[in-house]
Amino acid sequence: MKVLMFGWEFPPHILGGLGTASYGLTKGMSQQEDMDITFCIPKPWGDEDQSFLKIIGMNRTPIVWKDVDYNFVKERLGDGADPQLYYNQRDHIYGDFRHIHTNDLGCVEFSGKYPDNLYEEINNYSIVAGVVARQQNYDIIHSHDWLTYPAGIHAKQVSGKPLVIHVHATDFDRSRGNVNPTVYGIEKNGMDHADHIMCVSELTRQTVINKYHQDPRKVSTMHNAVSPLAPEVQAIPEVHDPKEKVVTFLGRITMQKGPEYFVEAAAMVLKRTKNIRFVMAGSGDMLDEMIRLAAARGIADRFHFPGFMKGKQVYEILKSSDVYVMPSVSEPFGISPLEAMQCNVPSIISYQSGCAEILSKCIKTNYWDIHAMADAIYSICSYPALYKYLREEGKKEVDAITWEDVGLRIRKRYEETLKYYYNN
Amino acid sequence: MHLKRYRFFDVGADHYYYNDYANDVTLTDMVQRSYMPALQTLLQLCENNNKQFKVAFSISGVTLEQLEIYASEVIVILQKLNKTGCVEFIAEPYSHGLSSLANEKCFVEEVKRQSKKIKELFGKKPTILRNSSLLYSDEIGEMVNKMGFKAVLTEGAKQILGWKSPHYLYHCANAPKLKLLLRDYKLSDDICLRFNNNSWSEFPLTASKYTDWLSSLPEGENVINIFMELQAIGVMQPLDSNILEFFKALPQEAAQRGIRFATPSEIVKENDSVAPLEVPYPLTWNDEERDTSSWLGNDLQREAFNKLYSVAERVYMCNDRRIKMDWDYLQGSANFRFMNTKSSAENMNRGIYESAYDAFTNYMNIIADFIKRVDALYPEGIENDELNSLLTTIRNQDDEIKILETKLGNALAALEHFNQPEDKEAANKDTAVAKNELGAKEKKVTTKKAKKTASKKSKKKGSVVENKKAKPTN
Repeated sequence: MKVLMFGWEFPPHILGGLGTASYGLTKGMSQQEDMDITFCIPKPWGDEDQSFLKIIGMNRTPIVWKDVDYNFVKERLGDGADPQLYYNQRDHIYGDFRHIHTNDLGCVEFSGKYPDNLYEEINNYSIVAGVVARQQNYDIIHSHDWLTYPAGIHAKQVSGKPLVIHVHATDFDRSRGNVNPTVYGIEKNGMDHADHIMCVSELTRQTVINKYHQDPRKVSTMHNAVSPLAPEVQAIPEVHDPKEKVVTFLGRITMQKGPEYFVEAAAMVLKRTKNIRFVMAGSGDMLDEMIRLAAARGIADRFHFPGFMKGKQVYEILKSSDVYVMPSVSEPFGISPLEAMQCNVPSIISYQSGCAEILSKCIKTNYWDIHAMADAIYSICSYPALYKYLREEGKKEVDAITWEDVGLRIRKRYEETLKYYYNN
Repeated sequence: MHLKRYRFFDVGADHYYYNDYANDVTLTDMVQRSYMPALQTLLQLCENNNKQFKVAFSISGVTLEQLEIYASEVIVILQKLNKTGCVEFIAEPYSHGLSSLANEKCFVEEVKRQSKKIKELFGKKPTILRNSSLLYSDEIGEMVNKMGFKAVLTEGAKQILGWKSPHYLYHCANAPKLKLLLRDYKLSDDICLRFNNNSWSEFPLTASKYTDWLSSLPEGENVINIFMELQAIGVMQPLDSNILEFFKALPQEAAQRGIRFATPSEIVKENDSVAPLEVPYPLTWNDEERDTSSWLGNDLQREAFNKLYSVAERVYMCNDRRIKMDWDYLQGSANFRFMNTKSSAENMNRGIYESAYDAFTNYMNIIADFIKRVDALYPEGIENDELNSLLTTIRNQDDEIKILETKLGNALAALEHFNQPEDKEAANKDTAVAKNELGAKEKKVTTKKAKKTASKKSKKKGSVVENKKAKPTN
């Protein structure tokens, strides 16, 4: 089975959970021998792992015909790109796009991030997708998140192949209900055109059904999983101060993640005990407000903001934590508690997180219930039996959640979708 | 007992741990739906069948307390049942807790207290014991035997019986005098679990079908023990399943087939034990495993259990009424069951708790406060044995003072008698003087005693004695 996937991020250059999920998901699917995945991203850096799939860079796909020499193309594309593909793609340019700014190869430049002109970038991505969709051979189209929905729709209209979209988040999660109408429009349009919608949790599925008015029959839940820890991550030592416990919040410090509840709970805990430190790692638009709040509560001496963490740093901080807290107000899935549990860190998550649906060896509270959260933090820090239990059982539980299983489930959905698509 | 939501910031600030509203509502609901209709039917059965129908009740002291507070009509009807002479009351630990696994002294004390309560309410001291949830092992058997009970009720679990039948009387392997009555879980569960299950192959179960099963048992299998919770009638099997009609028809159907009812003590009297039964590991009627795993199956439960019983000795020694009361309520086995993480318990009703961790956290917070209070009673540095001997001294001192007081009283009476011929005014004065004297002497006696004990012990221990010193004069 050949799948054409549209994504926005792919490791190692990632900005959020979407890239991690895209990697795990495709890697899990590739364990099936007859699965052939082509993954399109706006801007590959050349160091992506292409051992189990083929990556197409949208910034290397021409949309304006340029008469260029083979060696010039080879030199311009650099390592890891096939000049022949460029020529094949050039044969499938389907319109006059000279009004769009392109480079000397006739390709659009993408930032690959989430720039201010995001709508323009999404539109260009979808135009380039038209070329890819005409040139490639595939059985099914799979679009990850709203940025690539227009591309998916375009590919479906060009090829007549069924479209599966993967909802990693909706704008309702990001905005606590105040949706951006343009984003909502793009999302809704994608869902309306999709033949099947996969949501990362039941929570998201209900949003899709109720807020985007989709037929429940074509919406399914496809929980994420977590990739096993790399050996170099496993080798990071756990550093614990016997006298002090460390409670960690890790993520974007934005409204969606509920950082203020973490600060309030910390204040309650610190009123009672002094041997606990709180760490709020990450950056975001609410960072300054949180620093002010911690100061206002008089806990700044025990509350730390180390800033944005990436790569190995994330695991270093996790491994020296005693409790991981994710008080998200609305989290479609939330992969980070799974990563914490992989590192033997007991986790506290909000019921409003999608991962709460598949985790049982962790403590769950409502995000607004700072009393319950404070109580849970305190008890993990003060009752060794609970700490030990959650540490060991949590690790066992999360190790059993694999992308390979997710890959098999996705395969099943594909087959059902194809059957339905061609029989109706 | 339902515990209330108790956050860690309540530790040290709030010493009341119970959700009175939930206790009231659940108990009244249980009484209305189950206990009253069930007991009324049982009362009818006892009154109408020429004393042929027999039944035994085992009620924990805590439950009796709760019934006295919220549903005293249940106590009244139990007393009526008692008067028919067809009913036996059985001993069990006062708290329905697990003290038999942790601390012998506490276990013995609790059982005695519950027996006393039964005697107060129903006039007879129990001679048979059933431990919380039929918990039993050889060790528990020994303890029970020492207390003088004739028999113990426990589960006829496959893992201890093997090929043997539960329909005989057995005895404890470590204490041959103690008989064992084994529950036939198949026949018991037929009524309390499966009666209303219409996908069960034997549905509907009638009294005649049930008694046919009993009469078709092999010859010699004379003792069939049917134990169940009272809530089997009305809650586990709703009243509209005709469960009451089933019970009403039982005595007649049984009589037709020559089957008799008996209370446990009658069975022990009339039958001999056929063999010893070895139970090296604790046995209960819980879950498929019939062991203690639903209370003590995971680290959380064991931690909570160990923490609670770590203060058992101190609680046992103290006289603080509130602490003793909390001790009873906190021991309740349900507190541990709420922390169950077995896969079979995934959908269990955890009361106010959302998960096992929630239950653990709440309970540990309460325990933390409770232990603090217990620790505040006596200095922590003293060994329990030492403390005990100190307390004995203090108590003996009380007695001694009482003896001295009576002696003093006698002497004063004699003095008064001696002065009687004189006029009233003088006599009044005299008594006033005498009273003053008494006060002074008493004080002297106390201080002397206190000094004596204090001088014997080091400074720290002296402070214990001083704390207690106030008592005799009070």
